Amino acid sequence: MKKMYMISIMVLLSFTTIAQIDATLLKRVTQDTVAMKLNMDAVYNRPFLTMAKIPVALGGYVEANWQHLGTDGISEGHQFQMRRLTLFVASSIYKRIKFLSEIEFEDGTKEINIEFASVDIEFHPLFNLRGGIVMNPIGSFNQNHDGPKWEFIDRPISATQMLPATWSNVGFGVFGKLYRKEWVYAYEMYLTNGFDDQIVSNEENKTFLPASKKNPDRFEESFNGVPLVTAKVALGKRQVGEVGVSYMGGVYNKFQDDGLVIDKKRRVHVFALDFSTTLPFLSTWLNAEAAWVKVDVPNTYSQHYGRNQMGAFVDLVQPVFKGTVFGFERSVLNVALRTEYVDWNKSRFEETGTHIREDVLAVVPGLSWRPTAQTVIRLNYRYQWQTDLFGNPASKTAGFQIGFSSYF
Amino acid sequence: MKRHAFLFSFGMVFIVFQACEHFEPVAPAENALLDGPVEGLSPAENIRFLKGDVAFNDDVFTASNGLGPLFVATTCGTCHPGDGKGHPFTTLTRFGQYDGTGNQYAHLGGPQLQHRALPGFAPEVLPDNVGFSKLTPPANTGLGFLDAVRDADIMAWADPNDNDGDGISGVPNWIVMKEYITARDGTIEHEGKYIGRFGKKAAAYDLHQQTAQAYNEDIGITSTYEPMDTHSGLLIDPEITDQTIHDVVFYLKTLKAPIPRAAHRDEIISGKAVFEQIGCAKCHRSEMKTGDSPIAAIANKTFHPYTDLLLHDMGADLDDGYTEGSATTSEWRTPALWGLGLSKFSQGGDYFLLHDGRAKSIDEAILWHGGEAANARAQYKSLTSTEKNKLIQFLESL
Repeated sequence: MKKMYMISIMVLLSFTTIAQIDATLLKRVTQDTVAMKLNMDAVYNRPFLTMAKIPVALGGYVEANWQHLGTDGISEGHQFQMRRLTLFVASSIYKRIKFLSEIEFEDGTKEINIEFASVDIEFHPLFNLRGGIVMNPIGSFNQNHDGPKWEFIDRPISATQMLPATWSNVGFGVFGKLYRKEWVYAYEMYLTNGFDDQIVSNEENKTFLPASKKNPDRFEESFNGVPLVTAKVALGKRQVGEVGVSYMGGVYNKFQDDGLVIDKKRRVHVFALDFSTTLPFLSTWLNAEAAWVKVDVPNTYSQHYGRNQMGAFVDLVQPVFKGTVFGFERSVLNVALRTEYVDWNKSRFEETGTHIREDVLAVVPGLSWRPTAQTVIRLNYRYQWQTDLFGNPASKTAGFQIGFSSYF
Repeated sequence: MKRHAFLFSFGMVFIVFQACEHFEPVAPAENALLDGPVEGLSPAENIRFLKGDVAFNDDVFTASNGLGPLFVATTCGTCHPGDGKGHPFTTLTRFGQYDGTGNQYAHLGGPQLQHRALPGFAPEVLPDNVGFSKLTPPANTGLGFLDAVRDADIMAWADPNDNDGDGISGVPNWIVMKEYITARDGTIEHEGKYIGRFGKKAAAYDLHQQTAQAYNEDIGITSTYEPMDTHSGLLIDPEITDQTIHDVVFYLKTLKAPIPRAAHRDEIISGKAVFEQIGCAKCHRSEMKTGDSPIAAIANKTFHPYTDLLLHDMGADLDDGYTEGSATTSEWRTPALWGLGLSKFSQGGDYFLLHDGRAKSIDEAILWHGGEAANARAQYKSLTSTEKNKLIQFLESL
């Protein structure tokens, strides 16, 4: 009931705001997308183009690649992939009232999603209201996922397969930042629609939070009427980095229908810790995210669907050359390494007492060349070990990927 | 600088395109894997094999496509990882039948316990004081060869009255054939019953019956062949197509037979000699021949499964008090030993042997043998450790 009061108050407050034009979006702005900002700023930390005096800014990015991967001696051969085309539309509705949207076409037109479409109203730097389709601030990748910002063609497994990035829902919330000298303190909290029971009933045959994204009704109605709570606090210091702690939780199942009780309320809890920094002297960029998922799975259901999951990735990016290449005066060549791991099921078999495995480990060394900050050309080599539920010998997948990603 | 950059970039791309396959994991040796098709399938048969492979290993059942509501597993492949033996996680429990008069507990969920359930449903529990057997899912490999053995050959190996006096009296399991089954050419009928050959008690006539029943009793999926919902007991619409059943049956029929490893090594040859010398081969027949088959790749082929497809009394220690067909509660169909050495690579690195997975090693499995195998067990016990080691090496090479 308290949550409902909060939502009502937020909605009423939004009607009292007086609109003016925010002049900043009337300029042609090209932002340095590799400069460090807090992850929560990522939705605005993008290059936009404006047209004449129209208070609307446009932008987007595109990602495409070639890959040749093989698993245990069997390869699908040469694959050319159009991973995604994303369009941004931002508008300054009035002073301190902004609108921003992000529409993504994945794998051609296989998936078309509104990833972000919200109105932000600033009452005070420490108190902003955001409503619409928002990206739940769990971890860092979900907020800061634009392809051109990353040196790797594949998105992190723990962020996209265990956590459901990109994960957006309809809802409302508040956020704010406080600057004190070189420190930045930030918070976000949202109430949104949430998960459904597909997270423990899906074609992946494991607890799989992204399965809820298949629900076509989730932008129209909540699966069970209970809001998903997502909250994050972050702390940043110039020249040091950022650390964020986030939580997302709610009821995922339909516990009553048409007034009849059909199950007890079953909850999902997600905790995430993210950290990024640039090491002094070497300018090595380190970015890491770890997350833990806890799901109330019925005891009499299949142990396939894990009650506890854990995953993490660590990216290291080392610039090795800065200068003019092919006439691009400020190009940067990086070597990079990603290590990622997900344990899909951290329980033990009831029958044997042994650990349930179902995990994946991958190492991805790579090279990236940025002719400008907004464009990256990437060469990755992925080696991945995937172990089944029982811990039988891992299947090995490896191969090269070459691709680009660029804002436009 | 521009030239160097161009050469570097071009060189990298050229190397990656030309040499990419050399940086990918190599395939495991063919004899290290249980899955894969039998040699000699036609392109059309390969297509059918692949369809069955997808249905068997990739189709995941959930509440939205028919799972349960009571079940044991959510896919076929869960019980048979890599087409090998199953893990205790998917051990089946069957209960409520003591003799050939049928299951006395059908009204309480017999013959198979579905001990898992969709949220909101209560799984079955074993009735008090009922006889039951726990059954580890078997490997699937080479089943098409076993399916194509002639009934007449099986009957020729039977010795119900132990006429040769060796203490071994294999008998077929005479079962009632399901109405949807088409009998093989040359099938033998005995008082309205037929020879079963699949399952731990040989209670399934062929792979069609085995597949349709497994979908129904293991996953809770109804078909036109097995239309009864295991939860409600009602006849309901099919939750899987006939075509999918046929594809899976074809897949099972055309899985290759396990390929022995290091069969030429002296220890293996010696171990095989010990195997025959102490009488193991009297039930675990090393060689069989298939009859005619519409699948040319398995027709009229000699193969080496190490079973006789017959029931044998295995003694009191392996008598669980449950049976099917005409088998007694202490009788078990001789399990095929081919692929035995690869079992632990589908069972999570450990052995779970015998019908219920109680034996954690081959040695332990042999020592559980009794009844008709008591003499062979006694001879095994009298072997030197070197001889035992060679025997076990031979069994692991299969």
